[in-house]
Amino acid sequence: MLDLNILFPSVLNGITTGAVYALIALGLTLIYGVLHIINFAHGAALMVALYGVYMLKEKLGIDPYMALPIMVPAMFVLGYALQRGVINRASHGKDENILLVTLGVSIVLENLALLFFKSDTRSIETAYTLTTVEIGPAFIALPKLVSFAGALVVSVVMLLIVQKTDLGRAIRAVSKEKQGARLMGIDVDHVYAMCFGLGLASLGAAACFLMPAYYVNPQVGNGFVLVAFTIVVLGGMGSFAGALLGGLLIGVVESLGGLILGESLGQVGIFVIFIAVLMLRPQGFFGAKA
Amino acid sequence: MNTLLQIEGVGKSFGGLKAVQNVSLSVTEGRLSALIGPNGAGKTTLFALMSGFLRPDTGRVVFAGQDITGQAPHLNARMGLTRTFQIVQPFAAQTVRENIAVGAHLHLPRRAQALGFAESVAQQVGLSPQLDKLASDLTVAGRKRLELARALATRPRLLLLDEVLAGLNPQEIAEMIPVVQGIAQSGVTVLMIEHVMQAVMTLAQEVWVLAQGQLIAQGSPAEVTNNKAVVEAYLGHGTAERLQKNAARATAAAQEAQT
Amino acid sequence: MKDFRRIALFTLVIGVIPFFTQSGVMLNFVMTALYACLLSQAWNVLGGFGGQFSFGHALFFGTGAYVQAIAQMQWGLSPWVALPLAMAFAAGVGAFVGAASFRYGLKGSYFALVTLAFAEVFRILATSVPFTGAGVGLMLPLKESAANMQFANRAGFIWLMLGLVTLALCITAWLRHSRFGAYLQAVRDNEDAARAIGVNPFSVKLIATVLSGGLMGAGGAFYVQVFQYIDPGIAFGSHTSVEALVGAIVGGLGTLWGPLLGAISLHILADLTRNLFGQLPGINMVIYGVVLIVIVMFLPRGMAGLGAITPLQWLRGSKRSDGDKS
Repeated sequence: MLDLNILFPSVLNGITTGAVYALIALGLTLIYGVLHIINFAHGAALMVALYGVYMLKEKLGIDPYMALPIMVPAMFVLGYALQRGVINRASHGKDENILLVTLGVSIVLENLALLFFKSDTRSIETAYTLTTVEIGPAFIALPKLVSFAGALVVSVVMLLIVQKTDLGRAIRAVSKEKQGARLMGIDVDHVYAMCFGLGLASLGAAACFLMPAYYVNPQVGNGFVLVAFTIVVLGGMGSFAGALLGGLLIGVVESLGGLILGESLGQVGIFVIFIAVLMLRPQGFFGAKA
Repeated sequence: MNTLLQIEGVGKSFGGLKAVQNVSLSVTEGRLSALIGPNGAGKTTLFALMSGFLRPDTGRVVFAGQDITGQAPHLNARMGLTRTFQIVQPFAAQTVRENIAVGAHLHLPRRAQALGFAESVAQQVGLSPQLDKLASDLTVAGRKRLELARALATRPRLLLLDEVLAGLNPQEIAEMIPVVQGIAQSGVTVLMIEHVMQAVMTLAQEVWVLAQGQLIAQGSPAEVTNNKAVVEAYLGHGTAERLQKNAARATAAAQEAQT
Repeated sequence: MKDFRRIALFTLVIGVIPFFTQSGVMLNFVMTALYACLLSQAWNVLGGFGGQFSFGHALFFGTGAYVQAIAQMQWGLSPWVALPLAMAFAAGVGAFVGAASFRYGLKGSYFALVTLAFAEVFRILATSVPFTGAGVGLMLPLKESAANMQFANRAGFIWLMLGLVTLALCITAWLRHSRFGAYLQAVRDNEDAARAIGVNPFSVKLIATVLSGGLMGAGGAFYVQVFQYIDPGIAFGSHTSVEALVGAIVGGLGTLWGPLLGAISLHILADLTRNLFGQLPGINMVIYGVVLIVIVMFLPRGMAGLGAITPLQWLRGSKRSDGDKS
């Protein structure tokens, strides 16, 4: 069982999946770090993005990777609109209601998908779906490698946006001191919406990377939500580095878990970690004390 | 006279910050005493350490002869040690009567009993007309009284009052002082954190002064306010001398005017 | 006392409905409406009175359901014995989750997430373990008789569920007029203030979780008796968790009649939708989600209004109760 020939591919698989997990968690981290809300609709939004990629391929024949320039802005707009139009309005700006409202949004999204697409699991086929690349003793599916690279690139881009741009500066200001930022003339509502938009935009990218190697049904969101939360909590709420490393770690845990416990139980390992971290080390590994 | 609360060498640090350092004091039963000091001195932290909301890094807290160091607040309340909060913490969605009743329930298991006792406590602090108002509808002064009443309803032996007069206008302060006096006279030992000096001078029999986490003076109100170290803690280095010189000059001028 | 008199009246009025109508549609509606009421009432004990919002209440529902099924099919017990057993197991799970969560000071959204995580873990376990029938689930053999808690006429189920709803109402009324209830609501409204005046937040929240879990478990057991089937998705899926909490929030948290109002209103809404649009998958939940958002947006106190807490007050911001820091 501890044969390197079996472990290595499993770990490698875990890392490639983990990179996409990290990308998903990054969006959640950004939203939490700035808006201080736990975006319950994150999983459902990813599901929507996945269906978007699916439809673009099935109806318009657009390759998932080519769909990036469509999906990313589209999800950004969706995020901006959701935050500005629904979440902000419904919660009356009060943090307290937001979890309920994002829950509501996730329910609506998930079941609208159920309504339109039924509960069948769908996946797409591309020319390279079955191509594998040999790395040592492992055969890794090409789409997974591409998603790994892509996820890292997008993560870096997001980090650059937050660190180097004016928007990023505004975001950081708002996350540290909302009132002060407002007094400085920063439109906090706009910044919030931009953050949410960025958070969902990263999901658009993640969907493009995920779809070739994965599948979609209305319920996928649920699984991703908890995985994303686990990563965010593990890495430390609000820490980008934590989200990245956490994502990779979780990906590996899931992969090894599936190897040892069998496919269906693999995910249990993740949730057990989630519960354990929440209870024992809530600040994660990189985060400040909650 | 008995010592009701004794703290010995109590200290607490947050990260690198020493909020409370090696503080020892004894609260005598039946007395009304005050804990004063400039902002950030660590007074509320000391209350938290006494009442069990924080566990001291060093030292002991002894209440009525029993070591209660680090014991949970609700257990301390059951033993007769109750505290109020600097920023009032009402049960906003409940009425005044219901609020106080929660305190009353500590010794009264039945609802009717607790509600009844709540009424009499409300009368003691002057909240009778507001019994059926929602706590969130009260003024600041009202909430302060509610905070007081709720704690009082637990029939405490020692009541730790954290700035019960803060945020009140002079009229309200004047109305609150007799209430606190009444509580002390009814046999409850009171230790109050206060910034309103008028109240400290009027009410307190013994005063401790905390500055930068350390006890720098103790004694009667008059002794403490004349203490040079205390003046400097509040007003800065050298102030005590300056004040004394000014006072001396004023006295001399007055004497000259008289002759 | 007023509350108990009203409960008695309610029970009487609903109880005689089966004598006034033979309509299968009507009886079915009453049965399923009462069922929805129980779920929301159960949630209200912990969420409304305790202020602890659980997003994974299906955890208790599913436990009750599976125990009800397993007790009959594998342990050969009578369903009437299985029912209290199912409730006890669900309450026990409540004790476990509650103890673990509150021991570590979990609150607000963290508590919500943990309950969700637990529900997911149970769902995955139920899918993998043989004695729960794995992914296929369990099917209760049909054997209609009152002794077997499978009533030919809906009336039997109505009375059974009415009994459970009345139990839930009585527990809720007790919360409104007891020291425990006062302590629970105090912890909800301000945990530190409650501690200062002698309330032990841990034990109070724990007991509330146990009560809430037990009632929810009854709902699960009932489901199995009526539909004779249970699988991991139905047992531990989010549908039930959401139904329970939306009903309570819509109706009015922390009130006696709120959850009933909310559950019945949602139920009527769902029925109307089904009549208008047919049996569309997911349409119900879309409505629930929209209603949730709308209620939070415009009517945070729910329908029962006065005296009900708003969802505003539950998330204290700090994840842990760490007392004063000044």
